[in-house]
Amino acid sequence: MTDLTTVLAGVRFPNPVFTASGCAAAGQELDQFFDVTALGGVVTKSIMLDARAGRATPRMAETPSGMLNSIGLQGPGIEVFLDRDLPWLAARGARAVVSIAGGCVADYAGLASRLRDRPGLAMVEVNISCPNVEDRGQVFACDPQAASGVVSAVRRNTAPEVPVFAKLSPDVTDIAVIARACVDAGADGLSVINTLLGMVIDTTTMRPALAGITGGLSGPAIRPVAVRCVWQVHRALPDVPILGMGGIRTGLDALQFLLAGASAVSVGTTVFGDPHAPIRVLAELDQALSDRGVEQVRDVIGLAHGAAGQLVPEGPDPVGDEPAPSPGGTVPDLEEP
Amino acid sequence: MPVQVLGDVLSVKRVGAYQSMTVIAPGIAELTRPGHFLAVQVGGPESSMLLRRAFAIYDVKDRGVYGGTVEFVFAVHGKGTAWLSSRRPQDKLDVVGPLGKPFRLPTTGVNATLVGGGYGSAPLLPLATALRERSCRVDMVLGAGSADRLFGLLEAKRMAASIAVTTDDGSVGTPGRVSDVLPAVLDKCKTDVVYACGPMPMLRAVAGLCSERGIPCQVAVEESMACGIGVCMTCVLPVIGDDGRTRMARSCVEGPVFLADRVRWDDVGTVPHDTVGALARP
Repeated sequence: MTDLTTVLAGVRFPNPVFTASGCAAAGQELDQFFDVTALGGVVTKSIMLDARAGRATPRMAETPSGMLNSIGLQGPGIEVFLDRDLPWLAARGARAVVSIAGGCVADYAGLASRLRDRPGLAMVEVNISCPNVEDRGQVFACDPQAASGVVSAVRRNTAPEVPVFAKLSPDVTDIAVIARACVDAGADGLSVINTLLGMVIDTTTMRPALAGITGGLSGPAIRPVAVRCVWQVHRALPDVPILGMGGIRTGLDALQFLLAGASAVSVGTTVFGDPHAPIRVLAELDQALSDRGVEQVRDVIGLAHGAAGQLVPEGPDPVGDEPAPSPGGTVPDLEEP
Repeated sequence: MPVQVLGDVLSVKRVGAYQSMTVIAPGIAELTRPGHFLAVQVGGPESSMLLRRAFAIYDVKDRGVYGGTVEFVFAVHGKGTAWLSSRRPQDKLDVVGPLGKPFRLPTTGVNATLVGGGYGSAPLLPLATALRERSCRVDMVLGAGSADRLFGLLEAKRMAASIAVTTDDGSVGTPGRVSDVLPAVLDKCKTDVVYACGPMPMLRAVAGLCSERGIPCQVAVEESMACGIGVCMTCVLPVIGDDGRTRMARSCVEGPVFLADRVRWDDVGTVPHDTVGALARP
């Protein structure tokens, strides 16, 4: 039995598998299929201050091993969320990671203060992949200063014991620069990555397939990009916890993210094809870790950065009576079962 | 409550231009009502096609030699449905259902006219059975592009007090659209309620005709879906709520059956400016 407990910026979660923002609503729909409290946490769809109708349809196009979406942050607004969704998650006993989105720094600050001291709030995830209405629609996540402004406003308005994670966009020249800006502004951790900007043209209508023209690409197609980003951010900021996501479909996919440096993972787009995906990924990850003789999940976080053949490159000595594995000796083969 | 079942394919039959597939899916059949739909995984567990395909449930058998079975009808449109059509008995198929809100049934025996376009007739056939069990008179109007695209004509003839058929090419029935013959049917059959399923332009025309006559109408819409369970927010359309305000409603969980006069037909595909949460027009 592997100890699956993971700690994100001082907050303990029973396991490292979460839902992903925008892929699980606020948990109730998936709870019909499996017990959402069995997950490490439920990351909610990004909530805004006011109700938002979102974009016109078509909002979605399937792509090879992925999908493109342009929903436009449809949602009921923070008040309905606080009246209806967060109390449900709290009553259910789920650990809610509330994703917030806005068009200016004041929106984010307002959202954080509305969330402050609400029961059930385990963590805040700041969706900074939104256009800044005060800066010609420039996306916060693509500018270190803009990202920093949002993160510090959220951090200031959030209870000290509640971690604030900034969700990074991969559509930047150097993700480590943005990561550092967010951490310097007070982010306790980083969610890596949001979707990649993409586009599909319908060859029958000869026009863009999405009403919003461009959309966010997600799914297994982006997994290698996501693993690379987690790797780069962990390398640049090894002490900053990462919630990793991007195309996770199986437990071994999740393990890649942990090995790259994530302390926990979110399962997103795969849910659309398999409503049981998060709980299945958790079971598969648990199995994969015990197959590899891993006693605690934190032993594999960032492990891929160590020298080949070394099971635990850094961190405390393994607990328990088992002797530390000798280099090269006990690493099981890593082929897929 | 929907369930996810990895079922065995029992049969795949060609029916005119369509395919009809029956899957052994215990747990789904028992809960299904006419108008419910299934979300079907395509391409197998390692598929590069991530999104489920949604199909109205045609027939269910909740007991028998194979336990619960569920049958749906589809047309081969792309790679996903082509893969489905190549399934053979005993192949595994991952299905989620029953999903959505089914048709609401009248509590007394009324005159019901059922309007189906193409394989949109599939959910109307079990609906006809349910209505007849409630002592309703059932009349049917079926339309399609051509004769091979009419689904369930024989079965409809057995159940309906009257049936009108149209095809675009005139290969069978009256040449034209269901909306060409529907007014006469509504008058002749003294229709109290209308149920419709088919392509959006057809539903819009049927909704308009019913609205002119003050006949309540329920429609099962076809919107492009990614998940079918209410989490992806892609299958939305503008629908007027009980409070009179328009919202972008998810057709998978708030539909697929809507009261026709609640759907903003002229605005489908857009976000009307008076929708709750619509951005101010520039």
